[in-house]
Amino acid sequence: MNDMTFVERDVDTNEVKIAAKDVQVFYGDNHAIKDVSVEIEDKTVTAFIGPSGCGKSTFLRCINRMNDTIDVCRVTGDLRIDNEDIYDTKVDPVQLRAKVGMVFQKPNPFPKSIYDNVAYGPRIHGLSKNKTDLDDIVERSLRRAAIWDEVKDRLHAPGMGLSGGQQQRLCIARAVATEPEVLLMDEPCSALDPIATAQVEELIDELRKRYSVVIVTHSMQQAARVSQRTAFFHLGSLVEYGATSNIFTNPVDPRTESYITGRIG
Amino acid sequence: MPLTWLVLIIFTIAAAGFVMGRKRALQNAGGDRRELHSLPVYYGSNVAMWAIVPAVAVLIVWMLVQPFFVNSRVLATLPDTIVSEGSSIGLVMSDVRRVAEGLDIAVVQGVMSRDEAASISAEISDIRESLGEVGVAVGSKVSTEVMKGAQLYRTLNAVGSMMMNVVVLLFAFGGAGYAYSKSTADFRARNMVERGVLAMLIAAASIAILTTIGILFALLFNTIEFFKLYPAADFFFGTRWAPSFSGRGGASDLGVLPLLWGTFYISFIALLVAVPIGLFSAIYLSEYAGPKVRGIVKPLIEILAGIPTIVYGLFALLTVGPLLMRMFGKDTFGWMQGGTAVITAGLVMGIMLIPFVSSLSDDIINAVPQALRDGSYGLGATKSETIRQVILPAALPGIVGAILLAASRAIGETMIVVLGAGAAARLSMNPFDAMTTITAKIVSQLTGDADFVSPEALVAFALGMTLFVLTLGLNVFALFIVRKYREQYD
Ligand SMILES: Nc1ncnc2c1ncn2[C@@H]1O[C@H](COP(=O)(O)OP(=O)(O)O)[C@@H](O)[C@H]1O
Ligand SMILES: [Mg+2]
Repeated sequence: MNDMTFVERDVDTNEVKIAAKDVQVFYGDNHAIKDVSVEIEDKTVTAFIGPSGCGKSTFLRCINRMNDTIDVCRVTGDLRIDNEDIYDTKVDPVQLRAKVGMVFQKPNPFPKSIYDNVAYGPRIHGLSKNKTDLDDIVERSLRRAAIWDEVKDRLHAPGMGLSGGQQQRLCIARAVATEPEVLLMDEPCSALDPIATAQVEELIDELRKRYSVVIVTHSMQQAARVSQRTAFFHLGSLVEYGATSNIFTNPVDPRTESYITGRIG
Repeated sequence: MPLTWLVLIIFTIAAAGFVMGRKRALQNAGGDRRELHSLPVYYGSNVAMWAIVPAVAVLIVWMLVQPFFVNSRVLATLPDTIVSEGSSIGLVMSDVRRVAEGLDIAVVQGVMSRDEAASISAEISDIRESLGEVGVAVGSKVSTEVMKGAQLYRTLNAVGSMMMNVVVLLFAFGGAGYAYSKSTADFRARNMVERGVLAMLIAAASIAILTTIGILFALLFNTIEFFKLYPAADFFFGTRWAPSFSGRGGASDLGVLPLLWGTFYISFIALLVAVPIGLFSAIYLSEYAGPKVRGIVKPLIEILAGIPTIVYGLFALLTVGPLLMRMFGKDTFGWMQGGTAVITAGLVMGIMLIPFVSSLSDDIINAVPQALRDGSYGLGATKSETIRQVILPAALPGIVGAILLAASRAIGETMIVVLGAGAAARLSMNPFDAMTTITAKIVSQLTGDADFVSPEALVAFALGMTLFVLTLGLNVFALFIVRKYREQYD
């Protein structure tokens, strides 16, 4: 574990943003998430790690109810954001997703201009008073995603024309533009080269100031670099959850230890 | 020996060769198939291939060349004086051929013996009458020269067929024998067969391409022929379509504009019906419908695409036309004079195109990556917002391509127009008027009793060419757009 560097950050205790209790997820008969209870803090980067197929993405997609778009998927248990049950019938999942932004594994800019990509959410939700206001939102979002300087001269060029790393930062800008409170990222760097990865990781650390960030990653180095808290999933269960430095230096559960030392993959 | 016999013999040789070649290779390997370079079946196939392919190739070439050869030999013996006023050497030759064929038929039917047919001469018997008995009509009284030509024609053909049989069989035996002699254990029969298969596939592909080119040239030459008889400018810019058929006399007006207008007007109405309905049903099927509904509805729509257009034509004539008459006819608005109108044909053609548009658009919408939908839902967009703002723009080039393909089908459609739109060529804006299209007029120009060399008949080729250029242009453009769209997500 010597190759892992821990960035020393003050991990002061923040308020709980997302609280899950006994969450179960079924895909038809497949029990994909079993009894997961976890409390995710505000203004913190929380990493989900674990072998492939263990349910990291599934659990992440529960937090913004993206699983609703899958016909066979059923979620039970209690999931709260700011102490409000997001699976309550009163809650409109469409509204919820504006509050809980999501960035996907593969950069997926819309086949529109850079500007229209970022303005997509604000336009749908009517977040701007007028054109100048919208311009401001777009600029602010692109700045937050650390891509403004690269694209400010070609806002009306197609988003698909950017490089992979730029596309992913554009997607982050797009998610940030709706002023979310939580940002979910599902392996956001897995399709990127090391330089782009470094840029996005730096950005994630920056985003922590405003949002509660949950990131799924298959790279333990990345979890160690960007997160303050880490959750280890195995076969649909949450095995261990705690401060990142603890998980990587003295894991409690033998399964966690086997995974981070490379024995379960 | 008839052709079928010849072909059967070739195949028998091939079958025997197959068995023998296989056996010989096995024997050569001492009965152990592991010693062979290829599986035994390849040795057999190789011999069969060598028996069939060269022989059949010679057969085809011979059959193509012999008529030319015989024709030119017979032509050379005919004296120049035989061509009478108002006739041509071509007509004389066709008389010669008809007499020769008539004699052949007479022999086959037993009206004449073989010797009688060979010795018959124009002076002593009325050939026209005796040929009439066996059902062959000869235009005028058969002259001595024509009779001589016919006899020469028959002899040459008989000798030619005889020689062809011999040569083809020689090739079959020779090919089989050659391949048989090569069937030793380390002969690479497998590679040889592979090359044979390749050659066969290439031949099939070339036939497809060559026939298309052939059709195109036939179209082109006849179009040129037409423009020699009728000025091109009058054809392309004429606003009146009024062909006068032979017998009634008078010059024809063969302006394509009314037909072109009818074609576009009807196609336009058809697309107006088919595009929204087809597109919306595609959106419903691909984005909203559950797997169960989709599993039932999609095949159902595809069945609609298989209904023959003549059935749609009947539907237009018997159902839609009268229905529209009741709605807009003289009892109500008085807009419509008869059931056959642009709107009738357009509506029915639109219905015909719905499954076409819908199933193409469905494929295209499904090809839009799921990641784009997720991205949009993840930002809090609803389904219809996602469809309108992400999926349709992403699928637009493909959908435009699908619409253009539908348009080119609408332009080429005939039966619905014939039965639903009437036959009057007219330049009018009123959708309740009867009009007609290029395709419908091609049919009527060629099914009349007009002479095939008159401009009234040849115009069909010019119309066909116009149609061909139009639809080809549309198809190329559509495919270009669709392909461009595909590249976007590869
Ligand atoms: N859309 C889906 N439909 C059915 N089963 C799914 C679906 N997505 C994931 N699963 C199943 O859920 C389990 C967890 O998958 P996932 O959450 O994607 O794992 P991870 O992201 O940790 O690799 C797997 O067994 C997978 O087969
Ligand atoms: Mg995953």
